[in-house]
Amino acid sequence: MSVEPGAAPLLDVRGVTLQYRTREHLVTATYRVDFQVRQADRFVLLGPSGCGKSTLLKAIGGFLTPVEGEIRLQGEPICKPGPDRMIVFQEFDQLLPWKTVKQNVVFALTTGGLLSARDAQERALHAIDKVGLSRFADAYPHTLSGGMKQRVAIARAMAMEPAILLMDEPFAALDALTRRKMQDELLQLWDDTHFTVLFVTHSIPEAVIVGNRILLLSPLPGQVKAELNSLPRGECDAGRLKTLEDQIHRILFSDRVEEMKEVR
Amino acid sequence: MSHSNPLEPIVCPERPERHFQPVPPEALGALAKPLTLREKAWNNGALRKTALLILLGVLWEGYARIINNPLLVPTFSSTVQAFIEAFASGVLPGRVAYSVRVLLMGYAAGIGLAALLTAFSVVSRFGTDLLETLSSMFNPLPAIALLPLALLWFGLGNPSLIFVMVHSVLWPVALNTHSGFTAVSTTLRMVGQNCGLRGLSYVLKLLIPAAFPSILTGLKIGWAFAWRTLIAAELVFGVSAGQGGLGWFIYENKNQLEIPSVFAGLFCVILIGLAVENLIFRNIELRTVRRWGMQG
Repeated sequence: MSVEPGAAPLLDVRGVTLQYRTREHLVTATYRVDFQVRQADRFVLLGPSGCGKSTLLKAIGGFLTPVEGEIRLQGEPICKPGPDRMIVFQEFDQLLPWKTVKQNVVFALTTGGLLSARDAQERALHAIDKVGLSRFADAYPHTLSGGMKQRVAIARAMAMEPAILLMDEPFAALDALTRRKMQDELLQLWDDTHFTVLFVTHSIPEAVIVGNRILLLSPLPGQVKAELNSLPRGECDAGRLKTLEDQIHRILFSDRVEEMKEVR
Repeated sequence: MSHSNPLEPIVCPERPERHFQPVPPEALGALAKPLTLREKAWNNGALRKTALLILLGVLWEGYARIINNPLLVPTFSSTVQAFIEAFASGVLPGRVAYSVRVLLMGYAAGIGLAALLTAFSVVSRFGTDLLETLSSMFNPLPAIALLPLALLWFGLGNPSLIFVMVHSVLWPVALNTHSGFTAVSTTLRMVGQNCGLRGLSYVLKLLIPAAFPSILTGLKIGWAFAWRTLIAAELVFGVSAGQGGLGWFIYENKNQLEIPSVFAGLFCVILIGLAVENLIFRNIELRTVRRWGMQG
């Protein structure tokens, strides 16, 4: 299923306004957000806390319906959660504690009726091997470190071979050293299979390292401020990275005054 | 004290950089040392509890000997003797079997109803309201208070016993299961839906295991409530089909002033409680929630 560049986008988000209800308010999380993700993109949603990027990801996951606009995956409108859009969450409790590492992956594979128990077993072991956890295949999640739990979650999501992998700040709860390592590992996995990933983060350095295309969102409610290209994979010129980070920083934080006008 | 010229770079020749090669862990020999026998014994909960039980038995024996009034407090040894005699004669096993049979019927019926009620509360908000209202109404009501009513409705016999036992099991089990379900984290719920779980399989494969710690607590409380309700109800009436249970055994022996046998009956209730708690529930716990790290 190779898609030529310039063909129809894999994920098409058009004019999406999202609202959610709290006890007292109806909060508008994003306002008329537009973007397109192509096959094999490492697309990053970047913005400060409260810019609705996680809400946007949940809407793409099918947990939330836009009040305006529409989201299409491979041309089909998204209406409910499904295994073609596997999500890796930030929280460590996303693994089922009553299942071992291997069982967690097998569970995901067999639940949707995707594979028979035997094939699932094989593919699960392969996915676990990819993230370097073969030794822990029979361990229960509570015996693993935070980084290992996130690796299992990534293995589980990748084993499903989703059309698009959704990652909701997957490394935000990790310590800085582990986070750096996990970013490299994710990129190495991408080198292997060139999967499509939508990655939510609030860290500018992480966005620049992980993404090839970065969408910048303004806070309250989230609106698109810019869509930038990051450096191509393999290029890690420190100077250019720094320039890009500075540029992003400027776009995100300099024009507070303009923002006030928009609200009015 | 001399101040260095600020234009001159500061040089600290006495602190060079240091680099080391860590010893590989295999070369260090054993990194974990086995515990001594005494430490192991002290870590064994069963052993600690047995020691505690022996201590309590000794205290009982001593106190009864000091009082020296077998009509009020028989000694531990005479209780054990009465227990063994009643057991050997086949009276006590019969009574126990009778009680346990009724108990299991009531317990199973209570759990079944609780499952229905909580299932209803999962699928609809009205069900949730119903469960919350009913359980807050009936949970504080002692089952034994319903016994006169049960006797009126179902007459003397097992149906009445089962009715009051269902009442005592249903509410704690339903309440704990329900609160377990509501406490399942949003992330875990979303993971389940993300993998494609819907409807009944969502409840069976995700909600129930995720809420298992509180479900198990509910089952334990329900078991204890059922047990005490049964014994209490049997004290009120036990002979229906020509045979009574353990409660009736206690009541009967009290009437005949066979106090060691009364104690033997109570002793038997305690033993069964201990056995169920430590053999059955404990093993379920070890194999499930403890193994999964869902309970400390």
